[in-house]
Amino acid sequence: MTTETVKKQRWKLNLRDRFQDMPKPARIAAMVVFVVLLYLLPTKAFYENLGFPIPMGSGYLPLYTTGSDMAGVLFQCGYYILLALGLNVVLGYAGLLDLGFFGFFAVGAYTVALLTSPESKLITEYNWLESPWPWLLTVPIAIALAMLSGVLLGWPTLRLRGDYLAIVTLGFAEIIRIVAKNQDWILNGDRGIPSVGHPPGTWPDGEPIFELEFTPYYWLVLTVIIGVIFLIRNLANSRVGRAWVAIREDEDAAELMGVPTFKFKLWAFAIGAAIGGLSGSLWAGQANFVNSATFSLENSILVLAAVLLGGAGSIGGAILGGFLVIYLPEWLRSVGDVFGWPTQVQVGNIHIDVSPTSLRFVIFGALLIVVMIYRPQGLWPNRRRAAELKDRQKEVAPVE
Amino acid sequence: MLLEIDDITLHYGRIQALHGISLHVNEGEVVALIGANGAGKSTIMRAISGLRAVSSGAIRFNGEDISKVRADLRVARGICQAPEGRGVFPGMSVQENLEMGAYIRRDSAAIAQDMERVFGLFPRLLERRKQAGGTLSGGEQQMLAVGRALMARPKLLLLDEPSMGLAPMIIQQIFTIITEINQQGTTVLLVEQNAQQALSRAHRAYVLETGNIVKEGTGADLLHDPAVKAAYLGVA
Ligand SMILES: Nc1ncnc2c1ncn2[C@@H]1O[C@H](COP(=O)(O)OP(=O)(O)OP(=O)(O)O)[C@@H](O)[C@H]1O
Ligand SMILES: [Mg+2]
Repeated sequence: MTTETVKKQRWKLNLRDRFQDMPKPARIAAMVVFVVLLYLLPTKAFYENLGFPIPMGSGYLPLYTTGSDMAGVLFQCGYYILLALGLNVVLGYAGLLDLGFFGFFAVGAYTVALLTSPESKLITEYNWLESPWPWLLTVPIAIALAMLSGVLLGWPTLRLRGDYLAIVTLGFAEIIRIVAKNQDWILNGDRGIPSVGHPPGTWPDGEPIFELEFTPYYWLVLTVIIGVIFLIRNLANSRVGRAWVAIREDEDAAELMGVPTFKFKLWAFAIGAAIGGLSGSLWAGQANFVNSATFSLENSILVLAAVLLGGAGSIGGAILGGFLVIYLPEWLRSVGDVFGWPTQVQVGNIHIDVSPTSLRFVIFGALLIVVMIYRPQGLWPNRRRAAELKDRQKEVAPVE
Repeated sequence: MLLEIDDITLHYGRIQALHGISLHVNEGEVVALIGANGAGKSTIMRAISGLRAVSSGAIRFNGEDISKVRADLRVARGICQAPEGRGVFPGMSVQENLEMGAYIRRDSAAIAQDMERVFGLFPRLLERRKQAGGTLSGGEQQMLAVGRALMARPKLLLLDEPSMGLAPMIIQQIFTIITEINQQGTTVLLVEQNAQQALSRAHRAYVLETGNIVKEGTGADLLHDPAVKAAYLGVA
């Protein structure tokens, strides 16, 4: 048997290949079942039966989160998945390092807040608006403004090669946060903007669907994610997607093939920003209250970690990464509850917070390092990117 | 005259790499550019393909000054370069690399035809059709880079050291293919360290020294020029 066939058989064990080998109707059916399960996920009777039996001890380890509302955690996972999908277009497809991606989320969130809140200064002080707008109407504006800020940032920087973009984007996110924090002019500083509008819709009994209950928000974000996935998949398989791959792999060569590199980098940047803004507008629709504290730098880093952890350039990877960075700390907290993990330890008279939630960056740092050493292409890699990575490693450290 | 370079200068930051270069390429020719390392050969190629902007002077292609035209639009006008150091897309398969070469074209039937032609010129690439570009051997990558440049159906093909790092046998093959491509109607501007081969294949050639053209003539003339012999052909 040649090594090639052996290799092929080993590949067959790969879950993805087995899925690909299934006949198309079966594949579609499997996807439908999976998606239905996703919609059911915040149903108590359903998720309470998910988990692992604990081998030694008594009972079982739940997969749901005991520390906080499961639907709330899922919603948060949802908008992080959206963020990761957006950054994946920028970083994974076009190969552009954006360190301030959360800035676009902030643009989206503030746009919605300013336009939908009756206490927005646009209404109370400046009389730009007669009355608050409905949430749904502000979402396209939020997306457009995020996109515009992406273009404004990208225009001067994307012509340059190198690390300028990383620095400028980092600055952008911080500027938004600092301006929001210190300016009373419109964003109202730390006091923020209360009474932000919710998405529309009422149950048959006349109660609004989108209020305090998290589940409908989760359904909404899940639906949006599915739509965004279709959009990105189509883009990735189009001429635009091929141009992105070429730019990422060798920008000079791409230019020599006739790819207008600047234009396509700007597109990647704008599309990523639009998805980031969409995520922010969804979050604001639920949050009720928007202030600068939400937009700390950690969030940008968390999104970056999500994309790298999952595997840059892969939609599955972005979803997995976005899910893990939110879900894992929450779940660890419930594991902590099951095993009686303390939230604080006392050394001398210093109290140290050791709850998994506050340690999550330590946990992610460690996890990321481990993943990057043993699986640099990420948990759910894009095959092409994995090959590029090998090619680059060859340059850095020649084998033999 | 297909390409006419008129007194161009080019700077990398404060370093001047080209000091007033003038040269031309007629339709249907193979023109070689030889010179020592660092003479500025690749820089001239970059100036023509648009990867680097010239500081002064004009580059005329079919009579139009293209020195301010964006690189991707020069490809559309019919200039295509196989870059030095190959520059194949490492994660794309051989076939995908070739398809990228035809990125500016939309005539898919003719593209398929041209791909067959490239596979005819380089049967090795056909064998490796599905293999990732980054995992090809150096020689195979060089073939891919040349084949990919052909996929744009250029009027002017720029080849920067196509024989770099290849075994003598393969060098022979590559030059034979260059001649073949030329006979099929593509004009070629060729940068080469392998002056012997380049001069014997080229209609005309230019000798470049530290950013200046110091000699020009037919390939045969330069091949027998004592100074060129001493400097580039390794014969005293
Ligand atoms: N990006 C750059 N920045 C600064 N200087 C450069 C750059 N690229 C080339 N140079 C300089 O310009 C000069 C010409 O370089 P070029 O690459 O054109 O040489 P070449 O004739 O192609 O040499 P070789 O035969 O080694 O490929 C060299 O002195 C080189 O150091
Ligand atoms: Mg060179």
